[in-house]
Amino acid sequence: MLTLTCPCCGISAEETELAPGGEAHLKRFGPGSSDDEFESYLFARKNPKGVHFERWRHAYGCGKWFLAARDTVTLEVFGTYKAQTPYPTPEIVAAIQAKRPDWKPDWHQPSVNTTTTPAESLTE
Amino acid sequence: MSETGPFRLPRGGRLIDRAYQLPFRFDGRQLRGLQGDTIASALLASGQLMMGRSFKYHRPRGPIASGAEEPNAILGLGQSGRFEPNQRATTTPLVGGMVTNSQNCWPSLNVDVGAVNNLLYRFLPAGFYYKTFIHPRPAWKHLFEPIIRRSAGLGKAPTEADPDTYEQAYDHADLVVVGGGVAGLSAALEAGREGKSVIVLEQTPVFGGRAAVDHADGQARIDALLADLRALPNVTMRRSTMATGLYDHGYLLAREAIADHDPNAGLPRQRLWRIRAGHVVVATGALERPLSFAGNDVPGVMLASAVRDFIVDYGVAPGRSILVVTNNDDAYRTALAALDAGLTVPAVIDARPSATGALPEAVRARGVRVLTGSAIAGVRGGHAVEDVKICSHAGSGDVQEIIPADCVAMSGGWSPVVHLWSHCGGKLNWHDDRAMFAPDLARPPTGHDGRAMATPVGAAAGDLLVGAADEQPLLPVWVMPVNATRKMKFKMWLDFQNDVKVSDVELAAQEGYHSVEHTKRYTTLGMATDQGKVSNINGLAILSKALNQPIPQTGTTTFRPPYTPLTLGTIAAEARGELFQPLRKTPMHNWAEARGAHWEPVGHWRRAYCYLQGAETPHDAVAREIRAVRASVGTLDASTLGKIIVKGPDAGKFLDMMYTGMMSTLPVGKCRYGLICNENGFLNDDGVAARLSEDTWLVHTTTGGADRMHAHMEDWLQCEWWDWKVYTANVTEQWAQVAVVGPKARVLLERLGGMDLSAEALPFMQWAEGEIAGIPARVFRISFSGELSFEVAVPANRGLELWEKLHEAGKDLNVTPYGTEAMHVMRAEKGFIMIGDETDGTVIPQDLGMSWAISKKKTDYIGKRAQERSFMASPDRWKLVGLESVDGRMLPDGVYAVAEGTNANGQRNVQGRVTSTYVSPTLNKPIAMGLVKHGPDRMGEVLEFPVAGAETYKARIVDPVFYDKEGSRANG
Amino acid sequence: MAEALARITQLQDLGMIQIRADLAALGDVIAKAVGVAIPAQTSVSTNGNRSLCWMSHDELLLVLPKPEAVAATAALTDAFGSSHSLALDVSDMRAAFSIDGAKALHVLQKLCPADLASMPQDGMRRTRAAQVACGIWRREGGYVLIGFRSVGDYLRGLLQGAARPGTQLDPR
Repeated sequence: MLTLTCPCCGISAEETELAPGGEAHLKRFGPGSSDDEFESYLFARKNPKGVHFERWRHAYGCGKWFLAARDTVTLEVFGTYKAQTPYPTPEIVAAIQAKRPDWKPDWHQPSVNTTTTPAESLTE
Repeated sequence: MSETGPFRLPRGGRLIDRAYQLPFRFDGRQLRGLQGDTIASALLASGQLMMGRSFKYHRPRGPIASGAEEPNAILGLGQSGRFEPNQRATTTPLVGGMVTNSQNCWPSLNVDVGAVNNLLYRFLPAGFYYKTFIHPRPAWKHLFEPIIRRSAGLGKAPTEADPDTYEQAYDHADLVVVGGGVAGLSAALEAGREGKSVIVLEQTPVFGGRAAVDHADGQARIDALLADLRALPNVTMRRSTMATGLYDHGYLLAREAIADHDPNAGLPRQRLWRIRAGHVVVATGALERPLSFAGNDVPGVMLASAVRDFIVDYGVAPGRSILVVTNNDDAYRTALAALDAGLTVPAVIDARPSATGALPEAVRARGVRVLTGSAIAGVRGGHAVEDVKICSHAGSGDVQEIIPADCVAMSGGWSPVVHLWSHCGGKLNWHDDRAMFAPDLARPPTGHDGRAMATPVGAAAGDLLVGAADEQPLLPVWVMPVNATRKMKFKMWLDFQNDVKVSDVELAAQEGYHSVEHTKRYTTLGMATDQGKVSNINGLAILSKALNQPIPQTGTTTFRPPYTPLTLGTIAAEARGELFQPLRKTPMHNWAEARGAHWEPVGHWRRAYCYLQGAETPHDAVAREIRAVRASVGTLDASTLGKIIVKGPDAGKFLDMMYTGMMSTLPVGKCRYGLICNENGFLNDDGVAARLSEDTWLVHTTTGGADRMHAHMEDWLQCEWWDWKVYTANVTEQWAQVAVVGPKARVLLERLGGMDLSAEALPFMQWAEGEIAGIPARVFRISFSGELSFEVAVPANRGLELWEKLHEAGKDLNVTPYGTEAMHVMRAEKGFIMIGDETDGTVIPQDLGMSWAISKKKTDYIGKRAQERSFMASPDRWKLVGLESVDGRMLPDGVYAVAEGTNANGQRNVQGRVTSTYVSPTLNKPIAMGLVKHGPDRMGEVLEFPVAGAETYKARIVDPVFYDKEGSRANG
Repeated sequence: MAEALARITQLQDLGMIQIRADLAALGDVIAKAVGVAIPAQTSVSTNGNRSLCWMSHDELLLVLPKPEAVAATAALTDAFGSSHSLALDVSDMRAAFSIDGAKALHVLQKLCPADLASMPQDGMRRTRAAQVACGIWRREGGYVLIGFRSVGDYLRGLLQGAARPGTQLDPR
């Protein structure tokens, strides 16, 4: 049974105090998106053996959602971080690579204006 | 001899108190033991060597071990509700007045009919279930299965509720040490002195492990360690607490026996500890292995360590003439202990070519014959050992000598107890020289930080010679003698409880079972209640030999928790009876309870389904309630409805995303019905939202939807639109809500006074704030019944007061409390959908003819893109219609309407199904709703609903609004 | 019969106000309006008979004598003015219990997975008690536990069961 430290309140909570929320960093595709884009958003999940990014809610606690980077095989937790980020933070990436030197990010983070969120782009 | 039995030694027994005798019963016989005895030691002292029968052959069996690994001495304890099957006699402390019974035998332990299986052993080989009983098929069902079911399974399940209580407790520590022997206590002392918080768990009632029995200075060492540890306030020492499993991230479960079989103490019988350990020290010691020689299961053949435990710990002689058979030096300690206790040791049979270590020499010095290069060819005796046939270990069993003895102390070497290490992924290495699997420190179980979360110490780490460095190496012995005949192997037991023998494992290998996991399941090796603690290593050595491969290539089976079985009561703990689940109660719960409420669970809530008067049936009560509401006025406890405040500059924008309809344009003071979908497009919840102020909405959800919808909103706000300025608050329980419904609803509320509730002041779908009967209230003019209806929300602590005032003031109006079923029927009469009836997670609003509740203007809402998928837009989707029975029979719920033809599976095609069905007391006929392919375009068509065992139901497709189609009644 | 591990008493007179706001920006406004300092993360600050409990980084719970709740809610709402915020009188929403006595911690240890033994003196811990959500902080001689009112009977049953005489968690 996992323990994760909620980055929003600093509490180390056990799995029964948390609610899982599936894969993190999904980009929402709404009206106007192609069938392929919508399918990938709604259904396609990585389900990796190894490094994985997940959504968790500190349900029996501060109630906040947060994200966790962990290894699905060894259950090692590389770190937890705020949900309000479109990609794993540089600190998390560094923490993972310190333990898994061969691991490389599989996303292409825009080099500029990384603070623009999917939400903002959607609601314009 | 002692009063507590002919086999109680005149002296010794470090754990017993000879001053306190304890009477107990075994199979109806009155016996006596001593304070400190286990059941096994008390029975042995009384001369009761035979304690049970094996599972398959019903062979007579005595204990072979003295601890948790015991496979044979498994008893039923207690009576009626406190009866518990399959309890280990070797680990259960004796309590005065205890009632114990042998198992797996009928009519009695000594004369057992099932023992006929013993004569048929050639016909009950490995995999006999699979081989024998497959054909003919009916024979399995009618002949074999009933017989096997009766004779299989150890013990009997109790038939009454367990009257004992159990509890659980959580704890946290930097370090948890499992095992209170010298190795564990030393580790605890070291960590304790470093200032760490330490918990030490010892499964037996006594700290010290094997040290006091095996080493002259053992007790002194333990006493010194205990004294030092007790001086450390940061070290917690728990006895009688067995660690059952180690799980992810240092989560350790342990069972503490508090008042086991002492129900009069009024204490919980057991406590399950749920401990989060920073690190775990596995100091669980080692278990001795039996030797595989013919007749090794005859009562009186025991592990050498158990023999000396019974002598030293309990002052009990397992026999008077104890023959020792071994492949190592350690077993010579048993010979010495027996001699010290005044017992006879006719010989030590040592499979090794020579034995010249200090221990063998000490035994020789006491005048005992040591026969090296020797083995046991067979044990004679039925219910007890009579004599032992000796042969050369290198040969095939030619008998050289017969030695009389009533006890055989065997030792095949020791296996580290690696269960906890292995439960969560720790790996093992095979050590050829010591013939054992031991933890591989390079491959430990890892925790949240990726580092080792456990460290093995002492014997559990493979350090078997701790404190005795001068022992000579053992000789691995898997079959004794080496070239034993096939006939001898039929009598060599590996798994004593499940009756798996060397011959079975060899047969399995021959038949192609090369994986140890497959062999385990095929032969049932290690699958009994002892989980193969004494049998597994021997079994996989035999398998390896049969497969002609080294032992590590065969590997071990998976170690799974619990280490020894946990009683279900301990796992459930407080969650039974009233506390089985949290019951959510509204402020009016007790009023309803006192007035005949027939409860319905809705999530964890209890809602009144109806209120029973006198001898009324629920069906009659529902009909009465509906008539009363439609004729005058009724009240519904709607407190369970979800109530979520949504506030902020972006609240309107946010709600437009949550709902399919437009909420941002709702004027302050007004209410609007809305639908909430998930991102799949499927309908998730519905309810009425009210705009409280320019930036504040109150969202009503379904009873079951409150927490879910609040979480749904917070998810989108926190994880997608985190820059939107919106706060939500789930205030469901702050308010009691009463629906006052019926043509006289306004009259009744006006009697309580305080607010203008006229049609002009409070039109339909508006809300107002004020006081009713002096209670602060919000009143919503919304209707789920089609009648004039006011939903009155007041602070929860005043809900009952409002409810009672309504009933006091409305006596002459026949004001009637009504329940959820009346509400359901009335909404169905009006054709209103119910989440969970008309929806099942695959239904979109468009299916329900609710396109009017979907905004065409909005560019986006949760679920909009999904509803544009081709399948969602298909004209062939099943859509909501009313269904009118053609013969006056009520349609069964959930039945399917059949179509022409059959599908690929040969089943009838279907074209619709019933989603709600009732008898309407208002219309005095059955009504139903359903989802039907092209339904709204097929008005008047008759559908067929075949039901097994009944005449096919037929119903006509009609408009789902059965009552008051023009909707005039809602205006009063 | 030995004594129960702790005295379990339902507290009937507590008023509660749920506050949601950007605590960094509006902390001073809140502290001034309610007369209690803003608590540090996962802790409680107290002034007289009022306590501010930290619920999350944008939520506080003001616990105060019930008769003061309506006025305090209004005062907060006034103080916030047009700032994005929420102040709600939720005095009726919860059941609150005191758990008093030398072994009060043992009672909670049987129900809550949180490490309450190492909770600071002014700590506030939200966790679960068996199957329902709860919040816990210390008071003189014991603890306060709050949960939702609908499960008040369940919580009382849990606490009384866990406090049964003779069931202390000390090693035997």
